[in-house]
Amino acid sequence: MWAASKLRETWDRLRPKFLTGEAATVANQLFNYRKIWMLTTFGTVLVTLIPLLILAVFNYHQYQTALGAEINYPFSRLVSNTRRQLRSFLEDHKAALSFIIQDKSLAELRDPRQLRRIFTNLKSAFGGFVDLGLIDSKGIQESYAGPYDLTGRDYHEERWFKDMAVTGVYVSDVFTGFRHAPHFVIAVKKDFDDGSFIILRSSFDVGLFAGLISSIDVKPTSDAFIINTEGVLQTPSRHHGDVLTKLDLPVPPQAEHSEVIEVPDTRGNSFFMGYAYIDYSPFIFILVKEKDAMLSNLSSMGDGIIGFSVVSVLYIIIVILTVATYLVNKIYEADLRRAATLHNVEHTNRMASIGRLAAGVAHEINNPLAIINEKAGFMSDLLAMAGDFPGRDKFTGCIDSVLRSVERCSAITHRLLGFARHIDVKLESIHLDDLIREVLEFLGKEAEYRNINVSIQADDGLPPIESDRGQLQQVFLNIVNNAFAAMSDGGRLDIILKTHDEGRVAVTISDTGCGIPKENLEKIFDPFFSTKKEKGTGLGLSITYGIVQKLGGKIDVRSQVGRGTSFTVILPVVRA
Amino acid sequence: MNVLLVDDEEELVSAIAERLGLRGITADFVTSGKAAVAKCRETRYDLVVLDMKMPGLSGLETLEILAADHPGLPFIMLSGHTEVRQCQDTGASRVCFLVKPAKIEDLIATMRQLTSA
Repeated sequence: MWAASKLRETWDRLRPKFLTGEAATVANQLFNYRKIWMLTTFGTVLVTLIPLLILAVFNYHQYQTALGAEINYPFSRLVSNTRRQLRSFLEDHKAALSFIIQDKSLAELRDPRQLRRIFTNLKSAFGGFVDLGLIDSKGIQESYAGPYDLTGRDYHEERWFKDMAVTGVYVSDVFTGFRHAPHFVIAVKKDFDDGSFIILRSSFDVGLFAGLISSIDVKPTSDAFIINTEGVLQTPSRHHGDVLTKLDLPVPPQAEHSEVIEVPDTRGNSFFMGYAYIDYSPFIFILVKEKDAMLSNLSSMGDGIIGFSVVSVLYIIIVILTVATYLVNKIYEADLRRAATLHNVEHTNRMASIGRLAAGVAHEINNPLAIINEKAGFMSDLLAMAGDFPGRDKFTGCIDSVLRSVERCSAITHRLLGFARHIDVKLESIHLDDLIREVLEFLGKEAEYRNINVSIQADDGLPPIESDRGQLQQVFLNIVNNAFAAMSDGGRLDIILKTHDEGRVAVTISDTGCGIPKENLEKIFDPFFSTKKEKGTGLGLSITYGIVQKLGGKIDVRSQVGRGTSFTVILPVVRA
Repeated sequence: MNVLLVDDEEELVSAIAERLGLRGITADFVTSGKAAVAKCRETRYDLVVLDMKMPGLSGLETLEILAADHPGLPFIMLSGHTEVRQCQDTGASRVCFLVKPAKIEDLIATMRQLTSA
């Protein structure tokens, strides 16, 4: 709650004045400041941010492409190299077997001793051979050299044997077979003219592949292994299962060269998979890296770009908002001042016109009034000299009545003439208490009707001040008028005049009216601020403030809601 | 006492002249500043009462000419613009301003004050 109210307070302080148009109805007719502000802000933001964002997106994309290529290239190279190694391993061993089957006679191959010798030589020359067997066209292993006793084993039901009859060369998947250890087989065939054939078959330990693959220095987050076309692991893998289990990743599509693709695993993790189909074999070499690990560099770079963009955007928005708000506020204030000045001028002009008119009328009336006065006086003189006659008292009464009426009229015309004279600006010596009494005369009747008690208390020896009588009248008339408006019938208006300090006098006008709420107190001197709704122009106190300033004085206000308000006008004795 | 009243309103000055006459003050009247200057050259007056605002020569212009012609001659100026009675001594002549319309008693009192001094 505290934070919220604090926040609202801060906002109230920071909120640009033009957004709350209550004090600006007149000025707002000239411009819609909110609209100007929004146009300026959004226009500038768009013009500034669009190129920046385009650049950021473009950059990010460029980085992604460049870094992707940077990562993919060595990855792809590694896969390609390993594929070549695997292929040449298979090719070499196939070629060795082909050479033997073509070079050696059937008799030599059938002779177990000879076969063992060939096997030994092969092993020492190429390595990797686990055994070597000769199988005839009926599928019977005629002779065998190796660690197992497999002579006479019948293979004619085996799938590979049937395939061999057609293909001529065969590389098997990894399987456990009769020996219950994962191995794979390479077999080559030699046809004879009579339609019979022989097959030279050799098996290899999977460890050979494992050795080849482990020579690739892969990081702990990566994995390298071989699968067959059904997706069964042919070598053990680090993260994706043991040998002869099904791989948890999809089998990549057939491709002539090594490829890098992005695949999800069954747990939803994303991987980069580099793979290569090994020619003339069921093997697919696969190198897998976790995408996150691979992209960590890229994403940190991306985070940098995004972070920088966000900070720039925020900074730009803050600067634009500040500048736009400041400028629009300045325009708003200037307009407000201009409108106030126009109103002031208009008001003064109107008062001057009224003044001149009043003076003209008063002067014209004054002459006939003087004639009435003298004629009635003359009649009164004659009456005084004449002897007694019927109705004399009534005559005298009538003439006295005429003379009294003339006196009243004369008071009015003099006040009008006085009003006109005050329009002209001039400095003169003024007794403030007299001036305030004159002002109060205007409101004397109202005070009487409304039973408002008015008191004036002036310090002895209060110096006369040098100022403008008419303007000062306007100042005090405004303040007293407002005080009357704020009070209900039977209120009190106390006016105290005293020396404020050296060279200045202070007039304090206190009422027992409704008071001014704190939030309005700082606005009452703003032009167009009014609480009188349609009745007020909101200019009275603004003009008052302006006049007091022009006369070298200052004006203070203190108020308590429900208790009353007191205005203090401080004026210099001698106009500087 | 012999006074001259100057005001463009004949009705006004004639009435004042008659009232003054009733109170033992001889009063002539003219209705323009020019006539007043001429009248003063043929007759000697103890005091001149001038209206401030007149067509032709204004009250103040007439006063200047008369004061130059007749040093020491006192004047009473009647004006709608004056709010209070005020008197001043310019050295050459003494002048009192009276609010118009003035009470006959005030007028006579001022006359006596100006002529007795």
